[in-house]
Amino acid sequence: MSPIVELKDVVKTHGQVVAVDKVSLSIGTGEFFFILGPSGSGKSTLLRLIAGLETLDSGTIAIQQHVVNSDPPHTRPVNMVFQQYALFPHMTVFDNIAFGLKMRQQEKNDIQEAVERMAVLVRLEGKMERFPTELSGGEQQRVALARALVNRPVVLLLDEPLAALDQQLRQEMQAELKRVQQEVNATFICVTHQQDEALMLSDRIGVMHGGKILQVGTPKEIYDQPLSSTVAKFIGLSNTVLGTIIRMENDVCWVKPDHFPVLMARCPADLHHGQAMVMIRPEHVHISIDEPTHTYENSLPAVVHHVGFHGHEVFYQCRLGNESLWTVRVPIRESHATALTVGQTLYLQWAAHHSFALSH
Amino acid sequence: MVLGVSFASRGLYGGVEWIATIGNYSRLADPLVGVIFLRSLIFASMTTIVCAIVGFPLAYMVARASPRWQLIWLTLVMIPFWTNFLVRTYAWTVILRVDGLVNTFLQSIGMQEEPISLLFTDFAVAIGLMYGYLPFMVLPLIVAIERISPQLEEAAYDLYASMGATFRHVVVPLSKPGFIAGGILVFIPSLGAFITPYLLGGGQKMMIGTLIQQEFLVSRDWPFGSALSLGLMGTVLILWVLLSRSSFGKQVQ
Repeated sequence: MSPIVELKDVVKTHGQVVAVDKVSLSIGTGEFFFILGPSGSGKSTLLRLIAGLETLDSGTIAIQQHVVNSDPPHTRPVNMVFQQYALFPHMTVFDNIAFGLKMRQQEKNDIQEAVERMAVLVRLEGKMERFPTELSGGEQQRVALARALVNRPVVLLLDEPLAALDQQLRQEMQAELKRVQQEVNATFICVTHQQDEALMLSDRIGVMHGGKILQVGTPKEIYDQPLSSTVAKFIGLSNTVLGTIIRMENDVCWVKPDHFPVLMARCPADLHHGQAMVMIRPEHVHISIDEPTHTYENSLPAVVHHVGFHGHEVFYQCRLGNESLWTVRVPIRESHATALTVGQTLYLQWAAHHSFALSH
Repeated sequence: MVLGVSFASRGLYGGVEWIATIGNYSRLADPLVGVIFLRSLIFASMTTIVCAIVGFPLAYMVARASPRWQLIWLTLVMIPFWTNFLVRTYAWTVILRVDGLVNTFLQSIGMQEEPISLLFTDFAVAIGLMYGYLPFMVLPLIVAIERISPQLEEAAYDLYASMGATFRHVVVPLSKPGFIAGGILVFIPSLGAFITPYLLGGGQKMMIGTLIQQEFLVSRDWPFGSALSLGLMGTVLILWVLLSRSSFGKQVQ
């Protein structure tokens, strides 16, 4: 995969605030790339820099091997889907979609044909003469998508494309986005703070925090092997316990928490000796009411603090000593065997290869 | 009351004799009155158009300024309102007259040997009207432009529109409510304006506003003055209906 967008040491400050801090990224042709981060992490600024809606302070942005640092937005081969769609309210759906082609003085017949093809792609046939205010949120989203895609951009930029939709519609549009991306076979760069969206749709994710890209990888890599506690905390739920590293061997280490027995976990090769945080995803924690069995390497005593019923599964919150609250997810059909009540003592167990230690 | 008086007759020495007549209205058909009406309409339309052209960039600048600058600009726009309209119009005579600021300046930089007569011309009236009513155009435009999300402009830039095209296709069409409100606020008073044509036009070219004023105060022909006023109102009303029936008006609603 040759990179289609390449960022090198991109810096952007807003007054005193460093919005984007020395970001380097390489995005391949045809990739569905997600920039995932909490609000204020600089992810939208990064997208606007690629679009040319903001100018960078230093570094380079190259699209198709051309440095576009100071090119104005209308000369860049990228298009954007805005967060609130930014549809032109005084134009019909047709005119909205045709806007980019008209601005580039395309033939009238070509415009007609291209817009109609887009209408089929995003399933908006028969709605061409409506005005944006007469459309539902999902339909507006489709118009915004079509308006950008009709220009056949080298890269499509999406700024929180689904944030304005309700839960039900979001799930529909997620599938829709993936389908459209595969059909037009274009590179999509999408900014979101919704981790489920990123995990589900992306080929690769870049996790952004405080203006920096902390980790880039496939959804599985990011979820299973986070490189820092910030990434681990942002993606999925994780349970944590602090301790001191007492031994390291290749990619496995032993950590001794203050009041608990030694735990065994995977660790990155460059982990430093000293304090470490052991993390474990809720779905990998098993509950044992009796004495710990030896199926799993790790075991901690805990007290049930809260029982939460979630339909398809039960969330148990358990308190470890005086310390942190852990969450354990048990599928509903297994929960009958271990019907727990608040205040009950139990053991939390997990396999070493499901947990990881990160420097703290 | 005006309606009643407009059907009465003029008394010998000015007052109103209550003798019913439609004579006042038939006098409206006088070609001279027609010319005055037409001239007023042209001046009012020109004033409105020039105000829109000058006012739009100004309004855009204020609407997109930071809150701090917005306050400063708005204050600057409003300051002239603190003095009387008459005084402000009179100030223009100081600027435009033969030994006024413009001529003195032009002569001092040697562009003009002889002073040019600016005062008491159509140009002076146009400037005076535009100056007087510009804020009425700018303020509604500011409100209208502020309502347009800056993201729409960004979307246009992103979709290959240059800055000019963005204004032409997005900002100006979406400012239409502001243009209409401002247009009405400028057009109607400038149609009936009488101080400006009187002071800056020297009263040489009669406008409908000055005519009405004269009928009431100089000729003391109240019935004819009333008929003229109602004629003016009727004209405005007809224009209003035409405007709201046109596609221009419909799009706003």
